[in-house]
Amino acid sequence: MEEFAALIDALIYTRSRNEKLRLIAEYLRAAPDPDRGYALAALTDGLDFKAVKSSTIRNLLKERVDPVLWTLSRDFVGDTAETASFLWPDPVGNIAPPPSVSEAVDALSAMTRANAMTELPRLLDRLDSAGRYAFFKLATGGMRVGVSSRLAKVAFAQAFEVSVDDVEEYWHALAPPYAQLFAWAADGEDPPDTANMPLFKPFMLAHPLEETVVGLDDYAAEWKWDGIRVQLVHVAGETRVYSRSGDDISATFPELVDALTIPAVLDGELLVRGDVQGGDTGGAASFNALQQRLGRKTVSKKMLTESPAFVRLYDVLSLDGEDLRSLPWRDRRSRLESFIPRLPDTHFDLSQLVEAKDFEQLAHIREGTRDDAIEGLMLKRRDSPYVAGRKTGLWYKWKRDPLLIDCVLMYAQRGSGKRSSFYSDYTFGCWDGDPDAGAELLPVGKAYSGFTDAELKKLDKIVRQNTLNRFGPVREVERTLVFEVAFDSVHSSKRHKSGLAMRFPRIHRIRWDKPVHEADRIESLRALIRD
Amino acid sequence: MAAPFSWIRPDPHGVYVVPADAWIDPSKAVDRALVTHGHADHARGGHGQTVATPETLAIMDLRYNTREGATPVEYGETIRLKGGVDATYIPAGHVLGSAQILLEHAGERVVITGDYKRRADPTCPPFQVTPCDIFITEATFGLPLFTHPPIEEEMAKLLSRLEAYPDRCVLVGAYALGKAQRVIAELRAAGHSQPIYLHGAMEKMCRLYEEFGVDLGELRLVADHDKDDMRGAIVVSPPSALNDRWSRRLPDPITAMASGWMRVRQRARQRNVELPLVISDHADWNELTNTILEVDPHETWITHGREEALLRWHQLHQRRARALAMVGYEDEDD
Ligand SMILES: [Zn+2]
Ligand SMILES: [Zn+2]
Repeated sequence: MEEFAALIDALIYTRSRNEKLRLIAEYLRAAPDPDRGYALAALTDGLDFKAVKSSTIRNLLKERVDPVLWTLSRDFVGDTAETASFLWPDPVGNIAPPPSVSEAVDALSAMTRANAMTELPRLLDRLDSAGRYAFFKLATGGMRVGVSSRLAKVAFAQAFEVSVDDVEEYWHALAPPYAQLFAWAADGEDPPDTANMPLFKPFMLAHPLEETVVGLDDYAAEWKWDGIRVQLVHVAGETRVYSRSGDDISATFPELVDALTIPAVLDGELLVRGDVQGGDTGGAASFNALQQRLGRKTVSKKMLTESPAFVRLYDVLSLDGEDLRSLPWRDRRSRLESFIPRLPDTHFDLSQLVEAKDFEQLAHIREGTRDDAIEGLMLKRRDSPYVAGRKTGLWYKWKRDPLLIDCVLMYAQRGSGKRSSFYSDYTFGCWDGDPDAGAELLPVGKAYSGFTDAELKKLDKIVRQNTLNRFGPVREVERTLVFEVAFDSVHSSKRHKSGLAMRFPRIHRIRWDKPVHEADRIESLRALIRD
Repeated sequence: MAAPFSWIRPDPHGVYVVPADAWIDPSKAVDRALVTHGHADHARGGHGQTVATPETLAIMDLRYNTREGATPVEYGETIRLKGGVDATYIPAGHVLGSAQILLEHAGERVVITGDYKRRADPTCPPFQVTPCDIFITEATFGLPLFTHPPIEEEMAKLLSRLEAYPDRCVLVGAYALGKAQRVIAELRAAGHSQPIYLHGAMEKMCRLYEEFGVDLGELRLVADHDKDDMRGAIVVSPPSALNDRWSRRLPDPITAMASGWMRVRQRARQRNVELPLVISDHADWNELTNTILEVDPHETWITHGREEALLRWHQLHQRRARALAMVGYEDEDD
């Protein structure tokens, strides 16, 4: 447990992604089995112990320390596990060595709500403060060390010099402590047998088109929908829904799990039904509506009826047990088209191709669209197989031009990591009326990208020289600078004073030349709402 | 005969000693001030007369240019104030020159600790337990979660990080009066003999410590050196400079901070600290409560800090205590 506790603490204080990868990889190489497998599961949120919850820890501590002192301490620290790790009395005298990660996991799995209060002290009395912290985090989940499950998998791949795509593919076949995964990666044994398992297959991704021009004989065009990219897998009677990062989100979308009953692996865009925008077969609500359903582990009946999910299919990777990934796109597409009628149309439809006589006409069609459910166009090479990752020349994404608006810089905040000495996060606003008649600026959004390093230095200087007020890490800046802000869409929002929320705002250009009173008004921004 | 202890009166601006017309650590300008130590929340300029140790007076002179009305008192020395009040200055172990003040009047004894700690500190003499009727204590780290680790452990963490990254430097944020010099002196005690680089704001205070006989080894100013000189070196700056533009002149610094608050992980994260060093010049929870048990006063008064928890501890131990709710005292570490 000491090595795991040291890893957790090191990760908490490390900002750099590379350094985090190095720390995890080093641990995974050095730690024994099955400790490292359980540690990996803890980092990827793969452990769940029913008997120990935050409230268990709270009750346990209140037996050992005065409840008033506990509450005052908990309020100061803001984290139950950490407070408990501090306040649990250090053991005195001769104590047994600390439990290993796997011993702790075994003990936690065997615990019941009834005996947790007597079993937990046996382990806690063998740990120091850092060990208790790691133990409590292990027991209750949610490590809060700034490591996504993707990052942990990349670290695993780096540790043993294997492909991260393979790791992704085998990952879901196995359960903690991933013995076969380590045997394969660390000891060169055969990879896990993945037939008959509803596994995630790494996505094929696209490059931005930018200045490239392609011929439509070689490339097919289809809409790129503004939902979330998902993969549906049905094998041996089981269905899974995976997000782009390979996370299993089946529990969030149970209606999709029930809707797919044919052995297949499908690639598509998850959208939520709505009648505002017209898709080709059935409308899709805006990304806002989808947002309501994301990140929930359980779904209410009300959500299921008010915002039902469906998938607009792009591709088929496997059908009736046959792996289609090596086929050219055009063959997969015709398989998909003939397969669609076998699926319930309540939950599936086909992403239509966009027909154009040439590239120029396609550009014209793309410019003409202002449907909020459309993010842009995809261009797919007609003869390309389905390959994991981003291979140059096969798929391109051609995003719709962003919306633009001129805003005034109002507040700036320090960035993090390499940018922590720069004011790099900007809040900007639009006028709530005629600025020459005393109108005021209302904040409409925040951006921290879209400028060069040289521009950042200049902006940092401007912020420092024009500071009106300081609120902690935030500086209020004199209204002198106009940003041309690009964004994908704008929605009404009760959370903001302006009543508006932008999606993906970024600095498009710094308008050094533009006087602030010529910046846009709130009403111009409001006119761009589509939902 | 007057009621017991009616000669001493807590006020939001400090403790007032009625017969002597004198204030302890007042947060406003007064005619006569008895000052425990040089930190800004205890020592302010503009008093008519300032009674303090020679070290504290020198620190105040450096900070406020207040030479006038300075009355030095050595450790262990007693001076007689107006109205038959005796004041004795006793080491508090907090920073250079820091003192507890023992007040005696009509057979009654009151100790005002100012800030204090119980750990050894190479830059000042240790706290002395002084029996008294009323013990007026600080409570900056007055929560049971605060237990400061031995400083040797924190020094070892710092030095091993330094060794692991010979091309970078470790930038240690440390309060300019006391913490910075203690960290440097402890590094020397741990065998680190390389030059240590200073932010400009640290220089004068370090020189003052040296004049009072605290050996800090070779110190250099960051401003006088190139990035490359500082690779593999320790740099000390005020906490406020840690993420400031100033730090851009350093070779890829690893950000450390020496403070008792670093015990709480999110506190360190909020300040972008990569290497938290739990080092404090204040008593931790065990030091506070053990000191009260040792001094065993009739009553404890708490000047500043997290007084709620310490009050609760008194209640649990059937001891008398009250919080004074002083204004203008703050946590100088941050
Ligand atoms: Zn102090
Ligand atoms: Zn203080």
